[in-house]
Amino acid sequence: MSEEFKVEIVNPEKSFLMKDDVSEVVVPAFEGEMGILKDHISIISFLKPGIIKILSKSGDENYYVEDGIVEFKNNNLSILTSTIFNLADMDKSKQQYLLKQAEEEANKININDQSKYLADQKVEVLKTLN
Amino acid sequence: MASLDDLKKRIASVKSTQKITKAMKMVAAAKLRRAQESAEKGRPYSEKMNNVILNLSNGISDKENAPKLLSGTGQEKTHLCVVMTSDRGLCGGFNSNIIKKAKSYFAKILDEGKELKIITVGSKGNDQLKRVYGDKIIENISFKESKNANYFDADKVGKMVIEKFEAGEFDVCTIFYNQFKNVITQIPQAQQIIPLNNEGEESSSEESYEFEPDEDEILSNLLPKNISTQIFKAMLENSASEQGSRMSAMDNATRNAGEMVDKLTIEYNRSRQAAITKELIEIISGAESL
Repeated sequence: MSEEFKVEIVNPEKSFLMKDDVSEVVVPAFEGEMGILKDHISIISFLKPGIIKILSKSGDENYYVEDGIVEFKNNNLSILTSTIFNLADMDKSKQQYLLKQAEEEANKININDQSKYLADQKVEVLKTLN
Repeated sequence: MASLDDLKKRIASVKSTQKITKAMKMVAAAKLRRAQESAEKGRPYSEKMNNVILNLSNGISDKENAPKLLSGTGQEKTHLCVVMTSDRGLCGGFNSNIIKKAKSYFAKILDEGKELKIITVGSKGNDQLKRVYGDKIIENISFKESKNANYFDADKVGKMVIEKFEAGEFDVCTIFYNQFKNVITQIPQAQQIIPLNNEGEESSSEESYEFEPDEDEILSNLLPKNISTQIFKAMLENSASEQGSRMSAMDNATRNAGEMVDKLTIEYNRSRQAAITKELIEIISGAESL
């Protein structure tokens, strides 16, 4: 039996990525990183800003996401996200731009705790990408 | 009867109008293909989102304490209507169809003695509604600068709606847009997004999920996103509809202009011949009298 499952990443504009030879996916779930292997129990969770790692036969891929929902069912992993970038395509200027945006958001005065936390997360993750 | 010169001028002007409408039709056709494509590409997201929410709301243990975005505030006193139209005209009945649909809904609400608030998206809708419902319009948004419908714009509208909801400014929210069926048919739609109307839809699976964190927290995180997603879907449908509607309107206009040119040309030729005949008669009778 192969140890592979399907993953699909969808953003509002299009179906972003579809792979069916994935052996493991690590997602930045809200309560900490979560690795998903084949035959994981059905789960719904949502994401905080972070890196999605996709490990597959055809090569590993890393994506930066700002938010999203994960649903795993019958060895199908769906990730819905509004902001996603492939780390391989992300250059310095893009990263700096995102970082600046996140920092601005984190430094707003009238921000509630949750958005503050999310913005801080973004800053942290983006900084580690350097 | 118009003089020959006048006819000539009219023919020229109709011809140049025809050129414009033809060009517009071509542009609309090209844009339509793109808009249609992005509408189709956007579907999986909203469908998946819907699915997840269905699964979640079925799994929710405590229906009484469900988030307000799902179950409503418990009353229906104030209605918020988001009317989504285009920013440009010359697209046939596209805008007026939405407005017509919205107006009949407004009349119903006002008849029932409920309060009405309107947000218009797109300047054409605002133009048409402000005459009658000017005092009801609380916000007018237009995305003239953005070329294509994009999620950020939809998110802006969505966040605004949620902000107002949380401030208790309304109880029920409905969006109005045109659903794209094909190039000649667009169906004006009224879709209620708050509270979410899921009744009658069955969840695709009976399977139980594990939730992390718990259902309530996921739901309260997900529902605002769903609002933006629904609005985005409406925007995509709308932009495809707009181009389709414009294309068929401009096609009609081009054809009508062609007919008019034909008619005017016949008239022109007739009066030219009449003038020649008249001159000939004058010459002949002049020669005869000598």
